[in-house]
Amino acid sequence: MQLINQMRLEFLSIPANVAFARVTVAAFASQLDFTLADLEEIKVAVSEAVGNAIIHGYEHVPDRFVKVYAALTLDTLEMRVEDDGKGIEDIEKALQPAFSTDAERLGLGFVFMQSFMENFRVESTMGRGTTVIMSKSTGNSMARASEVT
Amino acid sequence: MLLDIEMKKDTLFVRPNGELDLGVADRFRRALDETIEKGKAKNLIVNLTKVSFVDSSGLGVLLGRYNRVSKNGGKVFIVAPQPQVRKVLDLSGLLRIMNEYPNENEALEKIG
Repeated sequence: MQLINQMRLEFLSIPANVAFARVTVAAFASQLDFTLADLEEIKVAVSEAVGNAIIHGYEHVPDRFVKVYAALTLDTLEMRVEDDGKGIEDIEKALQPAFSTDAERLGLGFVFMQSFMENFRVESTMGRGTTVIMSKSTGNSMARASEVT
Repeated sequence: MLLDIEMKKDTLFVRPNGELDLGVADRFRRALDETIEKGKAKNLIVNLTKVSFVDSSGLGVLLGRYNRVSKNGGKVFIVAPQPQVRKVLDLSGLLRIMNEYPNENEALEKIG
């Protein structure tokens, strides 16, 4: 599929940057014909992925960096959220609803990402970090393709 | 996030304004805990009318307060979440444990 735009963000692992990341990715994604509801879902997915990197990947250490890559094809946002943190020991377990290492968290971050996005997957190596990969399509590829050609 | 908090009898009305995410979760949690403690609030009515975004960090604060209030025999009610916020609340299962009402008066009547 033809790539029409790409972006890269790198920011400190502090909670204030969760909002920065989600608003930036949603603004980038709005170049496609996403509905407002779609953009809200993208915002939740970005918040969860970046929040996980800060809380679990870097365990709240504030001077590390979270990286977000996003690309647009004619009808799809593809994105990747990366940290170089401690990694996930058991990805399958981490993907279970209500699994959380923190008593006051819901353990639903991955559930939201899986529910709101497509082609969701997690890659992680202990001591090296975690990458969350996900995408979302507008379902309007024909309309957009005809506009472009 | 701005936070309006009002105590009426033994019920605490909480009216956050803005986005409930990891960036504000600690402040939100501390403000609620201090007020619940200080005012001896039994019940909690959380008015989400002016909340435009919530993620699992924001929901975690609500769940934590639910656990605390319900342990003391109190109730937690949610008032008028916007559609995008409601979708996240619904998916999380929180709406199965916290009743939802269209306005504060109805919630207050149900608390009795």
